[in-house]
Amino acid sequence: MAKSTPATSKGDTYFTRLTAICSMITPILMAGIFLELAIHSWPAIKKFGFSFLYTQIWNPVTEQYGGASSIYGTLVSTVIAMVIAVPLSIAIALFLVELARPGVSKVVGTMIELLAAIPSIIYGMWGMFVFAPFMAKYVQPALHGVLGFLPLFQGPPMGLGMLTAGIILAFMILPFICAITRDVFQLVPNVVKESAHGMGATTWEVTYKVTIPYGLVGIIGALFLGLGRALGETMAVTFVIGNAHNISASLFAPGNSIASTLANEFTEATTSMYISSLIELGLVLFIITYLVQVLAQFLLRRMYKSWSVGL
Amino acid sequence: MKKVTWLAVVLAGLLVLPGLVQAENLTINAAGATFPYPIYSQWAHKYNSLTGLKLNYQSIGSGGGIAQIKAKTVDYGASDAPQTEAMLKENGLVQFPMVMGGVVMVVNLPGIGPGQLKLTNPILADIYLGKIKKWDDAAIKKLNPGVKLPSQAITVVHRSDGSGTTFIFSSYLSTVSPEWKQKVGANTSVQWPGGIGGKGNEGVAGQVKNISGSIGYVEYAYALQNKMAVTKLQNKAGKFLDPSIEAFQAAAANADWSKAPYGFYLMIVDQPGAKSWPIAGATFILLHKDQTDAAKATAMLKWFDWCYKHGGAMAEKLDYVPMPASVVKLVEASWAKYIKVNGKPVKF
Repeated sequence: MAKSTPATSKGDTYFTRLTAICSMITPILMAGIFLELAIHSWPAIKKFGFSFLYTQIWNPVTEQYGGASSIYGTLVSTVIAMVIAVPLSIAIALFLVELARPGVSKVVGTMIELLAAIPSIIYGMWGMFVFAPFMAKYVQPALHGVLGFLPLFQGPPMGLGMLTAGIILAFMILPFICAITRDVFQLVPNVVKESAHGMGATTWEVTYKVTIPYGLVGIIGALFLGLGRALGETMAVTFVIGNAHNISASLFAPGNSIASTLANEFTEATTSMYISSLIELGLVLFIITYLVQVLAQFLLRRMYKSWSVGL
Repeated sequence: MKKVTWLAVVLAGLLVLPGLVQAENLTINAAGATFPYPIYSQWAHKYNSLTGLKLNYQSIGSGGGIAQIKAKTVDYGASDAPQTEAMLKENGLVQFPMVMGGVVMVVNLPGIGPGQLKLTNPILADIYLGKIKKWDDAAIKKLNPGVKLPSQAITVVHRSDGSGTTFIFSSYLSTVSPEWKQKVGANTSVQWPGGIGGKGNEGVAGQVKNISGSIGYVEYAYALQNKMAVTKLQNKAGKFLDPSIEAFQAAAANADWSKAPYGFYLMIVDQPGAKSWPIAGATFILLHKDQTDAAKATAMLKWFDWCYKHGGAMAEKLDYVPMPASVVKLVEASWAKYIKVNGKPVKF
């Protein structure tokens, strides 16, 4: 019997098994990391309970730890980055695909891809030595002058802080969102767009009613890729966020994020409760990222049903 | 066929030779603090060329160094902050200072260069506590007649990462200010009452350079290399000093090491003597009391002894401060007393 089975089919079975084993590596790794984080953060979880999530005290001398400022910083810097990067990158992608001449599109497109290849430490150093002084000298005083009545833009302009971190993050995630969005827009069949134009639609109408809905799923995917990167970005943020364990209404004030706290304090954390609390912060980041992904899937399905016209 | 034989011979040689060499030469593995890494690696390189002893030092941070020596995965550990007597005894460890560093204050004020601004312990504590908020505060003005102080907010810069430098600086503030001791305390990182954090000495130096009206604390070497405006500080004897290697060494020599508890737990802050700089500290080596391998124990102690006696000039070149001879004597006496192989003291 074995002889009559064609060799290709046997090969197929092996191939299926091989790929299955390969794909199992990811869930096993995920589960392993989660378990390891949970086990090592257990002393901190037992000692501080839920108060870890909402207390702001981070005192290695008295061994009192609360992650509120780091969690807050992670979320706020990410929100700032998304608010800036999303409209900007969609606008750039639309320009490159719909409006720019092919030569311009090619050059600018390559440059955006190059932006994605810059290591994050370079962004951090550039942020600290070039961008932060620029912020302190021009941007922050201007913002304070115009919008100073809002608590968001009060305080001395030091150049470092939540706002600067958010803007640097925006620069970093922009190429990812932009490159994918551009590819998605290029996938929209010309026939569809031409028909819309043929029916008398303006460029704006074609963009809004055809191109964007057509590529919606891809755009949302790109957004969440950017979001995931912004949540976990470490080096660049550590350089410019100011690294203070406090929550402030002002975006000019120094803060910190989960990733920056870990990068700063892990090497010289000597007591077991200190290490355990840092690992619990890592666990919180893991869970936040996971929840964001779940939320993304959920949103994706809902928007797909009500908005999407193609793909 | 010839080719294959040749290849086999060469391969066998490559595999066997390093093994032979290693069998002759001992390897000492160590891990720990990042602050002394540059001098440890220079010393190791030089010592290796003299004796052939192979020394590996992983600069992974004090926390990692302590964990690894506890787990006995390294031959010795290194920590910037000294460990307490209780911790050392519980784990059967000895501890001694290897080399020192001085911490200096740097400021960024328009028109003010190195050594032009004077500060005292209470003023420095109040600045870091956030009680003195402006540079033209009455206390600073009174101390510095003739220096033009701007009416500018003080931006306090501190280390964001856990570090031995922070341990030294916060120990100093705890020693000179009861309020600091009660509110904040001393550790490798503390809950700062205010200000912004920079990662590493280079981070603090960078931010002080960037932000007008800022003050920060850095290792002496960084202030020198970056040509920053260091301040004069008033020491316990009431003298205003500029930081220098001599001033750090005077502080170490004037500290009473003979009365230090087990493990040389002593901070070289606010020490007596007219020439003592008020903020300095040592970085420490951790070693198991009961050694199992006599050859290794001897090699390690010989190496430490060599660093003390012949490493001074190299240390000073990198702006570290060598331990005074009086302290070395005490340290080597403690080796004889505590470090044993099978119950016998180790000769070196």
